[in-house]
Amino acid sequence: MSNRFTWFNTTSLTLGFVFLYLPILILVFFSFNESRLVTVWAGFSTKWYVELFKDEAFLDAALVTLRVALLSATVATILGTLAAVVMVRAGRFRGRTLFSGMIYAPLVMPEVITGLSLLLLFVAMGVDRGFWTITMAHITFSMCYAAVVVSSRMVTFDRSLEEAATDLGCTPFQSFIKVTLPIMAPAIISAWLLAFTLSLDDLVIASFTSGPGATTLPMKIYSQVRLGVTPKINALSTILIMIVTMGVITASILTKRAEAQRKADELMAES
Amino acid sequence: MNISSAKKPSTRFEPWDNPNEKPLVQFKNVTKRFGSFTAIDDISLDIYEREFFALLGPSGCGKTTMMRMLAGFETPSEGIISLGDDDIGAVPPYKRPVNMMFQSYALFPHMTVEANIAFGLKQDKWPKNLIEERVEEMLSLVQLRKFAKRKPHQLSGGQRQRVALARSLAKKPKLLLLDEPLGALDKKLREQTQFELMDIQEKLGMTFVIVTHDQEEAMTVASRIAVMDDGKIMQVATPEVIYEYPNSRYVADFIGDVNIIEGRLDNRTDEGIKLSWAEGQPEIAIANNTKRSENENACFAIRPEKVHVSREEPLDADNRIRGQIDDIAYIGNLSTYYVKLSNGMIFKAQESNRRRLANREFTWEDQVWLSWRNTAGVLLD
Repeated sequence: MSNRFTWFNTTSLTLGFVFLYLPILILVFFSFNESRLVTVWAGFSTKWYVELFKDEAFLDAALVTLRVALLSATVATILGTLAAVVMVRAGRFRGRTLFSGMIYAPLVMPEVITGLSLLLLFVAMGVDRGFWTITMAHITFSMCYAAVVVSSRMVTFDRSLEEAATDLGCTPFQSFIKVTLPIMAPAIISAWLLAFTLSLDDLVIASFTSGPGATTLPMKIYSQVRLGVTPKINALSTILIMIVTMGVITASILTKRAEAQRKADELMAES
Repeated sequence: MNISSAKKPSTRFEPWDNPNEKPLVQFKNVTKRFGSFTAIDDISLDIYEREFFALLGPSGCGKTTMMRMLAGFETPSEGIISLGDDDIGAVPPYKRPVNMMFQSYALFPHMTVEANIAFGLKQDKWPKNLIEERVEEMLSLVQLRKFAKRKPHQLSGGQRQRVALARSLAKKPKLLLLDEPLGALDKKLREQTQFELMDIQEKLGMTFVIVTHDQEEAMTVASRIAVMDDGKIMQVATPEVIYEYPNSRYVADFIGDVNIIEGRLDNRTDEGIKLSWAEGQPEIAIANNTKRSENENACFAIRPEKVHVSREEPLDADNRIRGQIDDIAYIGNLSTYYVKLSNGMIFKAQESNRRRLANREFTWEDQVWLSWRNTAGVLLD
């Protein structure tokens, strides 16, 4: 223990964390500022939060963001789970490598390109851009994250569990619902949370695919900041940070639990 | 070798010898192919009610495929599998009155012991009070009442094995399949569990089919054994017959230890037939074996424990050969002597160690006589 926290380690650790979190801390700190000026402290106040909740435009944007995130995360999780089932279960079919490669590709695709290509698609199809196009776009890119999260759990799933359920009287569909899904639940929930957070955060793809009627929060913040930062933005950002943090923490707890469960299952299979 | 010491001669159970008895399970010319690979090659087999039937063979012999076809996870490529009066070849697993205990146990990790056992009953829409009653009954049967509320990962390997057994028995299947049920247990527990399985089978009067690669396990629990190799059944018989009267070199070699001597039959006499097998070695006298004629190539098989080792020439023995002890394998209760004959062949003979080590008569390099009666071995093709 003693040589773990030498002054060198401590310093570099502190510097690292300061580098990462000081900007965020400052942002949160000044969201409680009395003053209108972002950089001058004038006493504690929650008035910017009150202001924020009075601002219709912000509330509208928040509502759009939330609706997009809920819907896109749900659809992406369903599609991602199905893709994961096929990837893990189907065995070796023709074009399997291509298929799984194509599922993973959007993970490394630059967002600008994804956004641009979706924009071109929507224009070509003559779709009115707005809430639905943003949602579609978010489904497209968060689906592959969901597929990755679910399939990593799926590969360790013991198929004889499904066979046992079938043997005891379940149709294949029933055994999927009664046995596979509950066991996979932690992975599916964390996939959903990941997709939800990704959708909440996204600025680039939403900017490309949104229309006049629909503005998401990140877009709203970005456009506001160009006119000058107000503590209202700080307040809003603080709330967003909280939501995202909670999402990430919940997802990681669920993943940890799923991991522990998987280890217990493995132990069970071995002993 | 543990030769079904538990079978009681007073309750003779031999439906396979009764031509009027109708088998519960029938394989009729069943073939199963996976692509170009033939896993099961034209097998016909009858299994009778209340039997404890073992499918025994090395891995890859097709025994698991046989079981999976019975469970409904595989359908035969050709032939008919019937259960009672029904052809079940194409019936899906969830519609068969057959349950299976999986090698990995396959207990549902998100359910308690109770819920695991009740799973199949709920699926069949039993009334609630009957489910509770049945679960209780099953828990007592496998002595796990105290563990009803636990999750599978909170149980030991042996306890999980019992839960898996209870779950597969709960629906009162016409046929219970056991896929290497004791493979994951250690030796002591395995032996104990073998007897428990037999007790349960007898108590419930059910038909069990067990798949195993462990010959001792098959010999201990089974009423009959099918020895399989390469998608074919080599022999189906009681453990005693399989051991004492193997019908082929493969079966003789697969079950237990054996000395195999190849030679040529000659000199049929009233007492039997003789096998000449090596220059300078006495011919082997084999008790009357009417099926075989003179001047035919044959294989003689004899189990090591049927061969007696002595220092003096046993003049009254039907067969005696001289040799030198080349090696001794001491495993505590038994010693196997590897005796080198003058023609270089190594002959195995087994003696039980009734005396303690210091008093044992033979040691390495000793000249000894091997002897056996003319009924001790069998002729194989």
